[in-house]
Order: sequence, then structure tokens, then C-alpha cells
Amino acid sequence: MATPSIVDARAIHKHFGALHVLKGVDLKVAERELVFVIGPSGSGKSTLLRCLNRLEEPSSGSIVVDGIDMLDPRTDINHARQRIGMVFQSFNLYPHMTALGNVTLALRKVAGKSRAEADRLGRAALERVGLADRSEHTPGQLSGGQQQRVAIARSIALEPRVMLFDEPTSALDPELVGSVLEVMRSLRMSGMTMIVVSHEMGFARNAADRVVFMDDGLIVEQGAPAEIFEHPAHDRTRAFIGQIQRH
Amino acid sequence: MSTWDRFVDTFFNGKVMAKYLPDILSGMVVTIELAVLIVITGLGAGLALALIRSLAIRPLNWLIIFIVDLFRALPPLVIIVLIYFGLPYADLSFSGFVSTWLSLALVLMAFSEEIFWAGITSVHKGQWEASRSTGLSFGQTLMNVVLPQALRLTIPPLTNRTIAITKGTALGTVVAVTEILGEASSAMSNSYNPSPLMMGAAAYLVLFLPVVVLARRLERKFAWKR
Amino acid sequence: MIQTFFNFDIIVASWPIVMAGLLNTVLLSLIVVPLGLFGGLLLALLASIRHPLVRWPLMAWVDFFRAFPPLVLLILLFAGLPFAGLDLGGFACVAIAFFLNTGAYYGEIFRAGIESIPTGQVEAARSTGLNRLQALGYIVLPQAVRNVMPDLLSNTLEVVKLTSLGSVVAVPELLYQARQAQSLTYNPTPIVVAAIIYFLMLWPLVRLLSRLENRALAGRR
Repeated sequence: MATPSIVDARAIHKHFGALHVLKGVDLKVAERELVFVIGPSGSGKSTLLRCLNRLEEPSSGSIVVDGIDMLDPRTDINHARQRIGMVFQSFNLYPHMTALGNVTLALRKVAGKSRAEADRLGRAALERVGLADRSEHTPGQLSGGQQQRVAIARSIALEPRVMLFDEPTSALDPELVGSVLEVMRSLRMSGMTMIVVSHEMGFARNAADRVVFMDDGLIVEQGAPAEIFEHPAHDRTRAFIGQIQRH
Repeated sequence: MSTWDRFVDTFFNGKVMAKYLPDILSGMVVTIELAVLIVITGLGAGLALALIRSLAIRPLNWLIIFIVDLFRALPPLVIIVLIYFGLPYADLSFSGFVSTWLSLALVLMAFSEEIFWAGITSVHKGQWEASRSTGLSFGQTLMNVVLPQALRLTIPPLTNRTIAITKGTALGTVVAVTEILGEASSAMSNSYNPSPLMMGAAAYLVLFLPVVVLARRLERKFAWKR
Repeated sequence: MIQTFFNFDIIVASWPIVMAGLLNTVLLSLIVVPLGLFGGLLLALLASIRHPLVRWPLMAWVDFFRAFPPLVLLILLFAGLPFAGLDLGGFACVAIAFFLNTGAYYGEIFRAGIESIPTGQVEAARSTGLNRLQALGYIVLPQAVRNVMPDLLSNTLEVVKLTSLGSVVAVPELLYQARQAQSLTYNPTPIVVAAIIYFLMLWPLVRLLSRLENRALAGRR
């Protein structure tokens, strides 16, 4: 790839006890690229994502994000994580805070913004996900789709360089999926670098630059969406895509 | 004199009650002082231990668990007696007041640590991850995200336990603390009349009944979602 | 230090006294725990009559004993009643005080357990022809008791610990006997031994409770 990569992970291994979950994964992501990671459950895709911001500690390998060596013990991991947004399958909003409180917590505590400044940035982030009018609602008063959009706002308020999405729509009722994908699409338009683990094949087809297929702790193959979906090179990929599309 | 009059004259003797009311009132002050000290230090130490335990330093955690088990298993009166009658043999003398305070604070520490810890561990792992992923440190996550949720969860069991242990201030009478029961007992033996004891009983109700009623309301407000 | 607090000769000398105390503590517990359970069940069954004329006095009764220190209750019975010509003796006073005090606590626990059972259970039982009492006895109570088992055990631990109050009214239980031995030998070893016995006796229960409580709290999320 000609453009310099913003995420450069090499030879990532991860063991959980006797379980070898990642068996030497290399992943490079260019700036403004949207990479879609697919694969059967247990293939290690979520673990790979969680290694990138060190929510999981890789057993070995190297990870550089936006020029920062993530595995260097001297790296201020909390500072580095501000640059890497993460969206979770189960939203993980803080139930005891309002939507705005959720979005502004890290702005105040990590980025060191004043409350007024944090509120201004927080409202702008909520506006971007279409929830400006819900800033004083608590998570319990929001639908699943709205909660996930608040979670996205919580990440983008910190102006990350990369966003990681860990099955962001899997916990949503089907009719709520669209609103979240819409927000992801507009993020993509704004030029955000994104790595998405998801089963939303339609979204992958028309929004992703590249699709990565993982199985059994390894990247089996990767390429443009059309290529992977229409002409997969490996049997395992073909079998997986066949299964998904039958649903 | 009818039976009823005799009963009133014995158990609610106006003269005796008037005479010993000041004693009972000063006993109430001592009880309140003890109770406040126990609640502040006991809950404070319990929360501190739970926070230390969340750092997950193995040998330290074993020690905390042992201390908590110890003070949950020992009857409070046994601890008071040990400190008050036992420690002087090691040239360490505490007054009855301090012995009672220390003992009940240790007991409350043990019970509240257990409750705080259960609250902290019951906060979903995803809350930690979400917070850490936005760059908050371990300590910031604990203080801003986890504890507020944990504390809400711990309020019903905590209030119950705190009341039950704070009532134990009456045990201080065994080691000559001049709290309500102590004052009432000595007034009773001085006057050969049980009226002071009735006053003492009333004094406990005046102090603790409002707390119990308030706890019942809190309990309902913060009851766990089932 | 060990000579003072864990003197072997004194342990040997006071052993029979302390053991007699332990026996009495066990016997006392075997009497007051069922007594309290019985009182609590009675209260909870009364509370299941959802009439306000029953409910409010019951709530007041329970709150009264939650606010009232058990030692004060005990002293009231032991030192107060003789003035009314009723001298019951330490043991009976302990039994009555525990029946009242721990009964109120057990009652709250049973009530919470019964209320945790969905009304559909009773309706299902009644629809098959069981009467109210049968539905309560066969369907509601067994589930209720299982739901509140950790609370019941935790309260039982407290009750066993509370038997040490008997020492104040000269019931020769473990603490009382240990203090007797202490004043006979001018040495704190017997109290230390008593404390160790209490700990060894109740530690398994504390461990079990700690596990049950953690599991219960985790399950509520």
C-alpha cells in the first residue's frame, strides 16, 4: 500500500491459558480506510480488535497506532487510548449518567477540558449522531439504537484517529440497526479510519474498502468486498459467506 | 391502690423518672457519639479495604479476606471483652468507650467491606472496558464509573447492617460505658425501681426507630431490579 | 506474649470450664434458632394476609425490634420483670428475647421470600384445587425459602453470635464460662481460647455465606 498506515499490527499472538486465540496476525490499515473484519465466532476477530487498544494484552507482537508504540511500557496508555475510539456490542453506557454525562466524562477527566468546554464538545458530538435533543436522558430512557449512537458520540467527542467497532449492531432489534449504520456511514464520509467487526454484510458490501476474513486465529484472506464476496479464494471463506447469506 | 396504679407506680414512676432523666439524656449523648464514630470509621475502613482489594494484589487480598472473615465470625461482645479485659495484660489499656468503638467499628468494617466488594464486582465488565477505552485510568474508572453504580447497589444491605451493628453500642454497658443502658441500669439499682430502664428503652426507640423507618424507605427506593 | 495470651497450662486448667460453656452455647443455639425461625414464620404468614389492619401493626412490630437493641430487651426482661413479680431466670429471658428479636428479623426475610414468588404460582396451584394453605405450604414456601437461603443463613450466624449476650444475665455459655475462668486464673488465655472456638465454629458458615452473597449480587445484574 502506498499510503502510510495509521494502524500497523504485526505478528500478534494471544493465548488465554491453553487456548491459542490469535496465531500471528498482521493487519495494516491506511488512513481514511474502512476495514471490515468477518469470520465465524471464536475466530479471534474481537480479540484482535481489543488488542489494538490493549483492552487485551497481546502475548507477543507489535502494534503501532498513529505513530505510537502501543506495547511500549513507557507509552501512556490512557493518553493513547483517547486516539482510538471503541464501540461495543453491548453499548456499555454508564447507567448513572445522562447521555451528555457519558460523552463528557473522558473529555473532562482525560483531555482536561473545563466543564463548559466539555459540554460544548459533547453536545456537538451528540448532534453529529442525531441525538442533540436527548442529551439529558439517561441510558435507561433511550432505545438500543439511541444508546449505541450515544456510545459512538462518546468516542468521537475525543476526536480519535481510528475507530474500532466490535459488533456494534448485534445486540439491536432489526428495526434499530439502520440508524446506527447511518451514523457509521456519515463517519466514513467525514474520513474517519474505521475497523469494524460485524455481520452486516450489506453494509460491508457498499461501505467497506477492504474485507478481512479470519478463521481459527489467522487472517485467511482479504481484499475488496466484491472480490471476497463474489470470488473467495478459500473454501473456508466460501463456506462462511454462504452460511451468512442463507440467513 | 389498684393493680394498674401499682403497675404505673412501679414502671413509670414520675418522681424517679424526673430525677434520672438528666442521666438518661447524657447517656443518649454518649450513645450518639459512639454510633457516629462507629459508622464513620467502620464504613470508611470497609470502603478503603474494598478499594485496596480491587487492586488485586494476591497476598494483600488473602489478608483482607481473613480479617473480614474473622470479624464476621466473632461475636461483637467477645471482641469488646477481649480488648477491654484482655489487652491490659499486654499493658495496652483502652477505656470502655474506646474498646466498644474499636470493636464495633471493626465489625462494621468487615461487613461493609464484604458488601462494598460485592457491589464493585457486580458492576459489569463492559463498564470498565468502555471507560478504559476512552482513556480513563484504573483509578478514574473506579471512582467515576464503577463506584457510583456499586454504591447504589449496596445501599439496602448496608443500611440494614449498619443499624444492626450500631445498636450494639448497648454492649458498651458491659465494659462500663455510660451510654443509655449503662445509665439506666445504674439508675435502676440506685432507685430500686425499673422506671429508668423504661426510659432507657424509650430513648433507644427515639434514636433508632426513625433510622429504621428511613432505612425501610431507602430500601424500597434503591431496591434491586429483579 | 504467648505466655500471657496463650498459656498452655492455663488452657489445660480451664479446658473443662470452657468446654462446658461451648456445650451450652451449642444447646442454646439449638433452642433459640428454631424458636426464632418459628416466630419469623408466624409473622410472615400473618403478613401474607394483605389486610391493612394486619399489615401495619406487623410492620410496626418488626420495626420496633429492628430498632431495639437485643441486650436492652434482655435486661428489660431479666431486671425489669422481677419488679412485677415475674422472675424468669436468665435462660428463659434469653429464650423470650431471642424469640421476639430474631423472630422479627427472620420474619422480614420470610416475608421478602414469599413476596418474591410471582402470584401466577399461587393461581396455578389454586386452579388445580389446592386451598390457600396448601398453595402456601407446597408451592410458595419451598420456593421462598430457597430464594432467601443466604439471608436466612446470615441471620442464623448472627443469632449464634448473639447467644454470647447470655453471659450478661449469667447464662453459663461460652463467653460467660471463659470470663469465669479468666477471673479465676488472672489470665486472658480463656477468653482468647473462647474467641478461637467461636471463630473455628463459625468460619465455615462465614465462608459459605460470602460465596452465596457474591453469587446473589452478581445474578441481579
